Amino acid sequence: MNAIDKTTLSRRGFLAGMGGMSFAIAMGSDSAQLFSTEAQAQAAAKTINAWVRIAPDGIVTIYSAGAEMGQGSKTSLPLILAEEMDADWSKVVIEMAPADRDIYGYTFNKERGMSIVGSRAVMLYFTDLRMAGAQVRKVLIGNAAQRWNVDAALLKTEPGFVINPANGQKLSYGELAATGVVPNPLPKVEAAELKPRAQWRLIGKSIARRDIPEKVNGKAIFGLDVSVPGMVYATTLHAPVHTGKPVSWNDADIKKMPGVLNTVKLENGVAIVASSFVEAKAAREALKVTWDKGAAANFDSDAALDAYAKVAADPRAEVASVEKKGDINAAFASAAKTFKADFRADHGYHAQMEPLNAVVRVSADGKTAEVWEGTQAPDFTRDEVAKALGLAPPAVTVHQCYMGGGFGRRSLGDYAGECATIAKQVKKPVKLVWTREEDIAFGMFRPASFQHLEAAQDASGKVVGWKHSVVGDGGALLLTGVRIPYYQIPNIDIERRGVSNGIRLKHWRAVGHVFNVFAIESLVDEMAVAANMDPIQFRIEKMAAIPKLRRCLEQVAKMCDWTAPRPDGRALGISLSERSNSLGAGVVEISLNKDTGKIKVHKVWLAVDGGTIVTPGPAKANLESGIIYGLSGLLHERITIKGGEVQQTNFHDYELMRMSDLPEVMEVHLLESTERPTGLGEVGNPFLGAAIANAFYRLTGKRLRHLPFMPDRVTETLTS
Amino acid sequence: MVSFNLNGRPVSVDAKPDTPLLWVIRDQIGLTGTKYGCGAGLCGACTIHINGEALRSCQTLVSDIAGKSVTTIEGLSPNSSHPLQKAWVQLEVPQCGYCQSGQIMKAAELLAKTPKPSRDQIVEHMDGNICRCGTYHNIIAAIQLASKEG
Repeated sequence: MNAIDKTTLSRRGFLAGMGGMSFAIAMGSDSAQLFSTEAQAQAAAKTINAWVRIAPDGIVTIYSAGAEMGQGSKTSLPLILAEEMDADWSKVVIEMAPADRDIYGYTFNKERGMSIVGSRAVMLYFTDLRMAGAQVRKVLIGNAAQRWNVDAALLKTEPGFVINPANGQKLSYGELAATGVVPNPLPKVEAAELKPRAQWRLIGKSIARRDIPEKVNGKAIFGLDVSVPGMVYATTLHAPVHTGKPVSWNDADIKKMPGVLNTVKLENGVAIVASSFVEAKAAREALKVTWDKGAAANFDSDAALDAYAKVAADPRAEVASVEKKGDINAAFASAAKTFKADFRADHGYHAQMEPLNAVVRVSADGKTAEVWEGTQAPDFTRDEVAKALGLAPPAVTVHQCYMGGGFGRRSLGDYAGECATIAKQVKKPVKLVWTREEDIAFGMFRPASFQHLEAAQDASGKVVGWKHSVVGDGGALLLTGVRIPYYQIPNIDIERRGVSNGIRLKHWRAVGHVFNVFAIESLVDEMAVAANMDPIQFRIEKMAAIPKLRRCLEQVAKMCDWTAPRPDGRALGISLSERSNSLGAGVVEISLNKDTGKIKVHKVWLAVDGGTIVTPGPAKANLESGIIYGLSGLLHERITIKGGEVQQTNFHDYELMRMSDLPEVMEVHLLESTERPTGLGEVGNPFLGAAIANAFYRLTGKRLRHLPFMPDRVTETLTS
Repeated sequence: MVSFNLNGRPVSVDAKPDTPLLWVIRDQIGLTGTKYGCGAGLCGACTIHINGEALRSCQTLVSDIAGKSVTTIEGLSPNSSHPLQKAWVQLEVPQCGYCQSGQIMKAAELLAKTPKPSRDQIVEHMDGNICRCGTYHNIIAAIQLASKEG
């Protein structure tokens, strides 16, 4: 694990490096200045972990605060800082930042956090890291100016050097760090001092991802790969009904099993502690637990959607308004034409390839602890472990590992907290590993939902009224993607009708966008068909698509040769995509096996405006990954729950897309932009539901209104 | 005690005969490049070579490999120099990376037997290995690249 160096900053003094320079940089809440307020300076003064360290040999160490789950943040975030400080990238070493949101957090909705969800890493850290890099550069220039006794304004930098253009003198960053000082407070940097785009050497260029080499030879350390001396293994059996609690179990029998050291009663399950994982797993399989099942005991996922439909139609149902604009009643009362449609969506499971796990070691005196975990939110992990151990969060050190996939599941610190609870009880370092079966049974799913939409057109065919009601459990999870700021509709009424049934729910790659964009863009297509208009033209002319969306639609039309005829048995469908301020438009070309009900997606084109692109290769890979994840979720994956219990158990009955289902063509395009970066990790999948359903309509004249589109459901739709 | 050859070296482990080889390699020997994904032979993350054949180590009992030669990702090449590893780096195939040891080991078996596979042969051979990040198209491209340069 990475050793984490700590330096202490005296507010009035200099920040002395370890034989070099360390920069204590706390991001300003206004995203503008480092140490921008007295309060932050004070907070930072207590314990400071350096963001940037320059050693006398010129090696620049940069901490990356963005969790690495395959999206490339471990490279892209330090690269932004390195760009502005004009570091020699070949001399940059990257380490993961400690789990301290006060120092390493971004600011979102006025709160600091480190949780990398909703494609936040580059989007939220971009400006902060540029300012930080510029500040480091300013300090280096200041030191050189002092050494040479010249005006700092006359100096410039080349990667790794401060240069005096007047006489050609140069000093390497390493030389400067060896004797230089870091002033406190750090010099202010104005936005105007940032490097002009034309001078970027790293941002937007083809730079290799730093984590790749160790991911081809087995050396990359994931949470599951960590071991510490004296460690024992734990695995858990949670209540099969998510609201359940253990009452009793065959404890004496279990404790007689080979290798079993202990059992631990958890609030929602039973943990087995053993000297090996294999023995713990065998004991888990032999557990016979009596459960108090709780409120979800009778939950049935199919029946629930029928119940949601009744809630949608119930005038007495409790309604939470999401957005009201204009006069919706007048728009519908005076409409020339109205449309109504209902849509349904089942639960989805993350299926990250690395089952959940954590390692926790508590110090002998119980006053401090360490946790190793692949986590999207190291700060929440620290909080949860601290809570389980009765410690204050700063007493817990988080060692971030690579994640074998996140997709929204790894951002609560829940299983790290569980591991800490077990470690506290058994007084030994514990490695907790959930089996795949556990990972599914006690999963946290993309919510199921029922949606009712209505639209009103005026006499000219323009859409002037829009109603969208989402019914389901999951609160805010239901609402991502429910708004339509990309269409300029004057009268809007969007609402949520909440239901509570006790099934564990969570973000799932773009979460609500999966079913909301499906519903929105399916209805839009229906209206385009009714108007006998090209669906792109309909969106532009009748939905008043904003220019950014229009550019995406036009780009994707070009990419797929939208108006060209397709082979027999093939059809195109289009939908917009949207997530985390990125906007896009995507097209799929599908065929259908009418005997089996299997939809085959042959070609996918996606055009996205994601603002400034920091690392083009990983940006493209994120979109492609979103497409495959989305196709898998729509065509292969379905969680069903009966009697409160999840029916799927492993990858034989929760199937994931395999290579043979890969589209023959998958083309993604990022539009040129000089705007700030927006999220790219989750804009790759939201368009697929409607794009497939709209293509399906062109092929069959039938509408798919319930995702996922498994063969049995497709067959049902065809015969309906 | 079970003795076998691991990455070119003889090893002996004290493990119950019915222990899956995966956990012997990972937790007893400490080579963690081979991954646990499903424990049921469904995903391929634990793929290794036994006498040159790509097999699921979660479905292989340690007692069945006595005297045999086992190769894990750590033993595929001494310094990531196998043509597949080089192609994987060049095309930046991995995203989260968790399944990639298994993917590379499965692909290495293919190239050993079929040095110039067609796309269909690649897909057929690799179809049992799941990649949740969806790098399949890059895996195909990297196998094709390695087959040209290998």
